[in-house]
Amino acid sequence: MRTRTAILVVLLAGLHLVLLFAGFFAPYDPTTQNRELPYAPPTRVHFKDSVGFHLRPFVYVWTSGLGGDQPDSYQGSYQEDRSHEYPVQFFVSGTSYKFLGIYETGTHLFGVAEPGKVLLFGTDGYGRDELSRVLVGGQISVAAGITATFIALLAGSILGVIAGYYGRWIDESLMGITELFLSLPWLYFLLGVRAFLPLHLSTIRTFFLLTGVIGLIGWARPARLVRGVVLSARNRNYVLASRGFGGSDFYLLRRHILPETFGVLLTQAALLVPRYIAAEVTLSFFGLGVNEPVPSWGNMLSTLQQYSVLVSYGWLLAPACALVVTSVIYSSIADIFHSRLKSYST
Amino acid sequence: MKVIARLTLHVCLLAGACFAAAPIPEAASPGEEIARMADVSGHYGGHLTIGQRAEPRTLNPVTATDAVSREVIGRLMGDLIEINRSSQQTEPALAKSWKISPDGRTFTLQLRKGIRFSDGHPFDADDVLFSFNVYMDEAVDSPQRDLLIIDGKPILVTKLDQYTVRFALPRPYAAAERLFDGLAMLPKHLLEKQYHEGHFAQAWSLNVQASEVAGLGPFRLKQYVPGQRVVVERNPYYWKVDQKNQRLPYLDELVFLFVGTEDAQVMRFEAGETDIISRLSSENYNLLSREKSRVGSQLADIGPSLEYNFLVFNLNDLSGKKLNEVAGKQAWFSDLKFRQAISAAVDRESIVRLVYGTRGAALWGNVGPGNKLWINQTIPHPSRSVETARQLLKAAGYSWNAAGQLLDATRQPVEFSIITSSSNSQRMKMAILLQDDLSHLGMQVHVVPLEFRAMIDRVFQSFDYDAAMMGLGGGDADPNPEMNVWAFSGTSHLWHLGETKPATDWERELDQLMQQQMVTLDYAKRKQLYDRAQQLIAENLPFIFLGTPNILAGANARVGNFHPALLDPYTLWNADELYVRGPGLENAGVR
Repeated sequence: MRTRTAILVVLLAGLHLVLLFAGFFAPYDPTTQNRELPYAPPTRVHFKDSVGFHLRPFVYVWTSGLGGDQPDSYQGSYQEDRSHEYPVQFFVSGTSYKFLGIYETGTHLFGVAEPGKVLLFGTDGYGRDELSRVLVGGQISVAAGITATFIALLAGSILGVIAGYYGRWIDESLMGITELFLSLPWLYFLLGVRAFLPLHLSTIRTFFLLTGVIGLIGWARPARLVRGVVLSARNRNYVLASRGFGGSDFYLLRRHILPETFGVLLTQAALLVPRYIAAEVTLSFFGLGVNEPVPSWGNMLSTLQQYSVLVSYGWLLAPACALVVTSVIYSSIADIFHSRLKSYST
Repeated sequence: MKVIARLTLHVCLLAGACFAAAPIPEAASPGEEIARMADVSGHYGGHLTIGQRAEPRTLNPVTATDAVSREVIGRLMGDLIEINRSSQQTEPALAKSWKISPDGRTFTLQLRKGIRFSDGHPFDADDVLFSFNVYMDEAVDSPQRDLLIIDGKPILVTKLDQYTVRFALPRPYAAAERLFDGLAMLPKHLLEKQYHEGHFAQAWSLNVQASEVAGLGPFRLKQYVPGQRVVVERNPYYWKVDQKNQRLPYLDELVFLFVGTEDAQVMRFEAGETDIISRLSSENYNLLSREKSRVGSQLADIGPSLEYNFLVFNLNDLSGKKLNEVAGKQAWFSDLKFRQAISAAVDRESIVRLVYGTRGAALWGNVGPGNKLWINQTIPHPSRSVETARQLLKAAGYSWNAAGQLLDATRQPVEFSIITSSSNSQRMKMAILLQDDLSHLGMQVHVVPLEFRAMIDRVFQSFDYDAAMMGLGGGDADPNPEMNVWAFSGTSHLWHLGETKPATDWERELDQLMQQQMVTLDYAKRKQLYDRAQQLIAENLPFIFLGTPNILAGANARVGNFHPALLDPYTLWNADELYVRGPGLENAGVR
């Protein structure tokens, strides 16, 4: 149990660190098109050549036999040009990006000398590096999930506490509203809401609109849970005693009641983050979220709506794999929170 | 027990075979003027299946507007004069010959004698008169009506004798014989009653009895299964024979299966469930060509289509609309140098390679290399040059700030959005390439995918857009269908709709050229006029022309006489000549 928790925490921290420093881990700019390399398969990393084994890995460039009088599919047309080796270098300088959004730098974890290209996840239909897009896209998708969760939990806990603590008509009307929100078919609602917004928005504004909308729709469930906890907590003996000693409402809430809700909120957070990442992915998949050329997992996956792309270029499923991994980590964490909570309350 | 089961099976199969038997072609009757196709051969029998993206809405040739319905109806109906899809020239059909008066205003058509509708009823001039009455009737509201009303006056149709009809046009009309293609001749004996009772538009809906539908096409209706398929069977009275004097068509049946999307069409074809597929994207074409030997198919790349894809800027009159933001950007869009700069910065070679997988052609004008009769070969094809584009912008008063952003004369950053249909992945891809190309000029471009109807609404109604990625053309090789784009009052004059008079001098000249070519009968003179029109369009760039895809089609290897063409319907235009190759080929190891 302990080791499992430790592994999960390390994984979770690792995932977020990689995404936080996506610009550093990504070898290229995610929007740069290499028009001579559309749908290039992942670059193979070699250690052995005709001379022998090398400790430093190296790559070859892809050349496509396409063009001229032999037009055909890009698929299978790429070959390694073995005439020149490009050793993989670490801490190389490349295209500049903003480190943590503030400090501008050009250092990347790894790379190869031009015109070599290290494309570990291959490229998309415009020759953009898929790995860099998964990392930078993940930054956006996961941040959207976390922000939306934060908004939902904040709104949910405030309303839940008010309903649970004050009871009576406040409780009834607020819980009535949560029922309304819970019964909304949220995907269609989101599609509808996005359609009302202006045509083109900057990525930042799209991001906040998306998270705002997702979060504000999602407050109902946490609100109900928090209300339940508050409802049972406010009649506990120590709360009643504290009230008897003249504790104000605010004091009671802060000191005795709110701490009771933390467990529920944490579990909810771990559950909601992957759900809201998926919500962002869904919206972007349908072209309602983050716009090209800025990557997000959703708009990257939307090219796979085409059958021919889906069956021909398997490496473009990378964002889906990333989404699955992220979701599994988060739901395992939620599992642990949940079992802790159960053992604590019994 | 087993024996009994097998016997029952045999009996069932026999019975099934009897019921499914297609009508046997009628022997030629004396005096019947049959068209002999001297270079067509094949053999009788079998059926072919075609996957359709949607279910047809109607079988009524007068009211049908959607491509899916027309694909079915076209096999059931015959026209007076047809455009041969392969040669792009007109050829006699139900009219065996025609004469044009020297002033180009009167057409006299000789109908084939003794030919019959698919129910055996004879066809003559009364049916032609009835059909044109219906097409020109305002109450029926046929989409073809617009073509037959010239300068607000209808074409006058008179019967000279049982097999001769005269058409009088209010003014000379170039290539008027092409108008007859697509005007199906209707059976007066079946439809007259409904027409006079005033509910013609409801006639021949999909659930009509097969016996109530008759036409002069190679097939006739057999069965409609809602949500699944339409089956058509051989018309035993069809008026064409092959080189051995066998009456066409060869096929017993043609089955139209409703499969849904383009991807579903491809999957059905891959699985061998359908036999013919047209308008493939290059990706799907490549997918099928990799599986060619497994599926056993023949694929055809006919070369660049007649369609043109382009970027159009919103130059509509926005006064009275609350669109200040767009109106502010029109100062850029209306500047020719700005549009020239964009055209110079576009990497058309990449569009052909990345969007069409090299199966397409770059365009610098509205007529592409597929239209050999009309293309103006003198229009220059400058290759991409960001340098030229920058010089053009500089000359027009634009400048760049330290961050490389393009600023206009009032120091405003140049930023606009391109709307495109989210369901068209090729145009979507073009827009993203364009976005990157224009970023090299310091322009900030947003690509906004919209649902198709929402986008059309913005382009045609609300004018709430900056620029749009669109495609037009492809109907016919002739310049006349282009009238509605280039005449200033045209309904597809996209960059400036609803003009009451030409907004610029070149638009005035373009309009005059288009009107003139429409009444000029001599091909060489018409070509000269249209060449000048193309030149004006290429010089003034109301559209930034980008590219055109090749027409790609495929059929199962057992389909004989498969000759896809550049014009719609790309593959089924010679459905009467298609046949199923014998078992010999299948045994030869194609499968």
